[in-house]
Amino acid sequence: MPKDGGIGASSKRREDVRFLTGQGNYTDDINIHGQAHAVFVRSQVAHGTLNGVDTADAAAMPGVLRVFTGADFEGVGSIPCGWQVTDRFGEVMQEPGHPVLAQGKVRHVGDPIAVVVAETYEQARDAAEAVVPDITDLPAVVDMKAALAEGAPKVHDDLTSNLCYDWGFVEDNRDAVDAAIRGAHHVTTLELVNQRLVANPMEPRVAIGDYAPGTGDSTLYTTSQNPHVIRLLMGAFVLGIPEHKLRVVAPDVGGGFGTKIFHYAEEAFCTFAAKALKRAVKWTSTRSEAFMSDAHGRDHVTKIELALDEQGQFLALRTDTHANMGAYLSTFAPSVPTWLHGTLMAGNYKTPLIYVNVKAVFTNTVPVDAYRGAGRPEATFQLERVIDKAAREMGIDPVDLRRRNFITEFPYATPVAVEYDTGDYNATLDKLLEIADVAGFSAREAESKARGKLRGLGLNCYIEACGIAPSNLVGQLGARAGLYESATVRVNATGGLVVMTGSHSHGQGHETSFPQVISEMIGIPEDMIEIVHGDTANAPMGMGTYGSRSLAVGGSAMVRATEKIIAKAKKIAAHLMEAAEGDIELKDGQFSVAGTDKSVAWGDVTLAAYVPHNYPLEDIEPGLEETAFYDPANFTYPSGAYACEVEVDPDTGKVTIERFAAADDFGNVVNPMIVDGQVHGGLAQGIGQALLEGCSYDSDGQLISGSYMDYAMPRADDVPFYSVDHSCQTPCTHNPLGVKGCGEAGAIGSPPAVVNAVVDALQRAGHSDITHIDMPLTPARVWSAMNG
Amino acid sequence: MSNVTMKVNGKPVSGEVEGRTLLSSFLREGLEMTGTHIGCDTSQCGACVVHVNGQAVKSCTMFALEAEGAEVTTIEGMANPDGSLSVLQQAFQDHHGLQCGFCTPGMVMSAAALLQDNPKPTEAEVRDYLEGNLCRCTGYHNIVKAIMAASGQDVAVAAE
Amino acid sequence: MYDFILERPTSLDAAVALLSDEDAQALGGGQTLIPTLKQRLAQPGRLVSLTAIPGIRGICRAEDGALCIGGTTPHGEVATGATAYPALADLAGNIGDPAVRSRGTIGGSLANNDPSACYPAAALASGATIVTNDRQIAADDYFQGMFTTALEEGEIITEVRFPVPEVANYQKFEQPASRFALVGVFVAKYPDGVRVAVTGASEEGVFRWTEAEAALSANFTADALDGLSAPADGMIGDLHGTPAYRAHLIGVLTKRAVAAAS
Repeated sequence: MPKDGGIGASSKRREDVRFLTGQGNYTDDINIHGQAHAVFVRSQVAHGTLNGVDTADAAAMPGVLRVFTGADFEGVGSIPCGWQVTDRFGEVMQEPGHPVLAQGKVRHVGDPIAVVVAETYEQARDAAEAVVPDITDLPAVVDMKAALAEGAPKVHDDLTSNLCYDWGFVEDNRDAVDAAIRGAHHVTTLELVNQRLVANPMEPRVAIGDYAPGTGDSTLYTTSQNPHVIRLLMGAFVLGIPEHKLRVVAPDVGGGFGTKIFHYAEEAFCTFAAKALKRAVKWTSTRSEAFMSDAHGRDHVTKIELALDEQGQFLALRTDTHANMGAYLSTFAPSVPTWLHGTLMAGNYKTPLIYVNVKAVFTNTVPVDAYRGAGRPEATFQLERVIDKAAREMGIDPVDLRRRNFITEFPYATPVAVEYDTGDYNATLDKLLEIADVAGFSAREAESKARGKLRGLGLNCYIEACGIAPSNLVGQLGARAGLYESATVRVNATGGLVVMTGSHSHGQGHETSFPQVISEMIGIPEDMIEIVHGDTANAPMGMGTYGSRSLAVGGSAMVRATEKIIAKAKKIAAHLMEAAEGDIELKDGQFSVAGTDKSVAWGDVTLAAYVPHNYPLEDIEPGLEETAFYDPANFTYPSGAYACEVEVDPDTGKVTIERFAAADDFGNVVNPMIVDGQVHGGLAQGIGQALLEGCSYDSDGQLISGSYMDYAMPRADDVPFYSVDHSCQTPCTHNPLGVKGCGEAGAIGSPPAVVNAVVDALQRAGHSDITHIDMPLTPARVWSAMNG
Repeated sequence: MSNVTMKVNGKPVSGEVEGRTLLSSFLREGLEMTGTHIGCDTSQCGACVVHVNGQAVKSCTMFALEAEGAEVTTIEGMANPDGSLSVLQQAFQDHHGLQCGFCTPGMVMSAAALLQDNPKPTEAEVRDYLEGNLCRCTGYHNIVKAIMAASGQDVAVAAE
Repeated sequence: MYDFILERPTSLDAAVALLSDEDAQALGGGQTLIPTLKQRLAQPGRLVSLTAIPGIRGICRAEDGALCIGGTTPHGEVATGATAYPALADLAGNIGDPAVRSRGTIGGSLANNDPSACYPAAALASGATIVTNDRQIAADDYFQGMFTTALEEGEIITEVRFPVPEVANYQKFEQPASRFALVGVFVAKYPDGVRVAVTGASEEGVFRWTEAEAALSANFTADALDGLSAPADGMIGDLHGTPAYRAHLIGVLTKRAVAAAS
């Protein structure tokens, strides 16, 4: 029987009521009395020397309060990068400056040059057209390999080259891997592109800076996944505002998918300008602006080689990737192709020797950073594609080849420095074969064939690492931040409680799922528990939501704080019942004395804590409020197996997704309905990457896919109903909830399934020469592959 | 500036607007009804869909002055008179047809227009009708389920 | 958007008078024009909305049997109302999305003549007559290259007359992002011959594929197109397809249209 509350129940989302009635409070819905409007003047060329900016005409236009340029930000800090990678020679990465507004050079189309602040948006927009930047065009570097060529134009003149770093992992394995590949029975090689994507949360970014002259307090309202991180980065590194004088609020946020993790120039600008003008300054991105100012994702070019013995045992794996950083280092950009990518290259398999080389490259393009999955989709795609190709080359069934190499004993230390705590890859694969009805494929293939369509089946596995941690380890790896999470649990006198969490919900449903956990722990109804998040003024310092970490890390912090609450409440109950603390049990909201019929209700205890008339004041403080910071001992490792069935129209090359099945192991599950929804959304983004989405630049660095007219977002008729299952559960061993994280799995596991399926369809139709097609598999690309 | 008068969710409203003022801007800024959202500038995302004289339109692609005298319905007017969720809204909650909520107003308004024209749509008809409504969170699965459920159809077999 | 004065005249004469100002521009449903204005790619001083003018919206049959569609008739109305010409109704029902079809008009689409729009294919393949406030223009004379038509400044499309074919069909292969036609082919069979019009493909905008027309006029079967291929020269090449791909799709879609024509 499904539960009707607590852990494991599909509680309906309480946040839905406001969203379904138009009562949400998104950043653009906020208007502060007297606010002015900011419009950015952005570079229209990819690379150029900025000789000056003529703002005189603009400044004289109606309603204009002030026109800001890079000169106004001299002495203001650079937008910081939060991760420093050390290269394979022991040197730290090249780290360029990143001014709020361009100084001396423009480095990508969309690079902000000036900002007009005016009374109204339209006045600011009018005046922005009157700002005249004086730019001398420079040749742009767009292609990564060309950017590394001798004599290539440099994106940053003060760096020695366009190479950010040349990372080797594990460098000590390099020679052994080379030797194993040289001597192997069979080596499968695959060159592929993991194309640049644009995250495209449906809510464009917004920033509102506010300043109170009377107190000197600054407030930033922003569309962020992690307001505390923004407060720290912007306050400490850019604007020099101490945290106690700076409040950052991220109210309802309309999706993030990674791109709202990062600290952006527009946030710093609005906060700065509000103080300069002594009035609130609001900036709302247009979608067109988002395409050239939101950090992009992916953009890897990879060569992978897999060495196998006669039996198909994996002997060694070598991958060589060029990773595009864009023109500047976005907040976590250096970590994505390295620690979030290289550490996942073992996948679900016991490959003994692995070497990963990554060259991160600056180009005259929008900065690239984490996008749903962040490094892990890139790892999974190349690995699962090369395994499929190897299976075909060696004549081994692709399911069988994977099973032969599965890791089956846990904990398992991979050759790429991580230790998987739990998993059962055969179980998820078995479940997948069942829910995907793989046995029925032949009949469906015949039916497709009768309609003139080519049907293909693609399967793959994936492993993910969520809840990146622990802090002392990531510090050694270059993180300039801790990766704990925090929670304060404040119990009110009448027994209701509020959790202030550093996690941030922008679609994940924390306001519903987090109370389920506490309800289970205390035995009180979920509606007695409220979740507060997204405001540095009331939540303890937290690191926010990304990397599928909220429940595993933020939820664990909440559990720890609640355990402290329960421990103290038991002391109070013991006093009230004149019993020993060790004899107190808590069940269904009642404290009882073991072996007796004595009990007091949760509400009696909470009231006593705040009205401490009969209370052990000499032993414990009044009140019932606790804070916990939780720093995980390890990553969590969700895993699973995905299957996709496609039909290819041989006349047009159009691919349709006929069936998609996902069997995931997320460990324990708090709200199955929400988990299903997270997987569905990830699948659509992965299918979008596989078939539709691609961010393209021309050779001059002009963005070709700069709107929804050319950037193909998945629509309702591009995807089928999905079959998802998360009944295979191997709980995480090192967090109190046994949960692993589910937010990114769908986007990680699905692209290879789709491409494997298309290649399978074409191979079945006799196109034995087609072993790979680069994403997105548009009709034109598939048709071209079929027609030479 | 010109004066514009219309009915929004049954209530007469008027305001001063420019020629270029979009219906979406009039609703969000003029009337401070921020349930209608703006997610793109090429008339494709559908977060701004409202009903004008009973038809779904993109309020970001219509001038406020063009709605002179019109009956406009927005997401704020979709609940039952007692404030409880309508059948369609309730189906979105029951079937988890929303996550971040940003596309939701447009989704609900489009779905309501669909069910008005076609009370028992097939899955394919639902998906086709949503061509102009982008969602980045749900993968559409539960949106389609919710709309079919709101039409009184059993979707359990197809969608599980 | 730049600011402008929005006029909503209630007579054709008043609209024509307002549009005589060279700074004025006609506004149909605005589904293309308003996004263009948002990008500040046009700066009219005066926008003259045509949608308040009575008598130029709706669907009727002419005495000669032609289906007449008023210039300000939205796509959605054509989709449900053009029952006498099912292929045209189907075409209208697949332009944009439902909300776009509530507003976008046939006159606006034909006046804009986007090279990827659907209506130009129907008008050209049907040998339609574009009726304006001033004159009647045969479709063969009307389309003059992408975004270019025979319309004079300020001329208003009041009606489009479609001779109803024996059978017809429109096949649209969508560009994955915009959902405009990457290639669209409209085939219409009349007693005096078959007309085939292609949209989306050519750098010159909508055009008639005369070789296919000759073959189909002789033998109206998909097989009659075997061995015929549209040349890739002059076809659009972009992110979504090469000229060769578009040329290939013309052949595929024409065959499909013939097979599906009813």
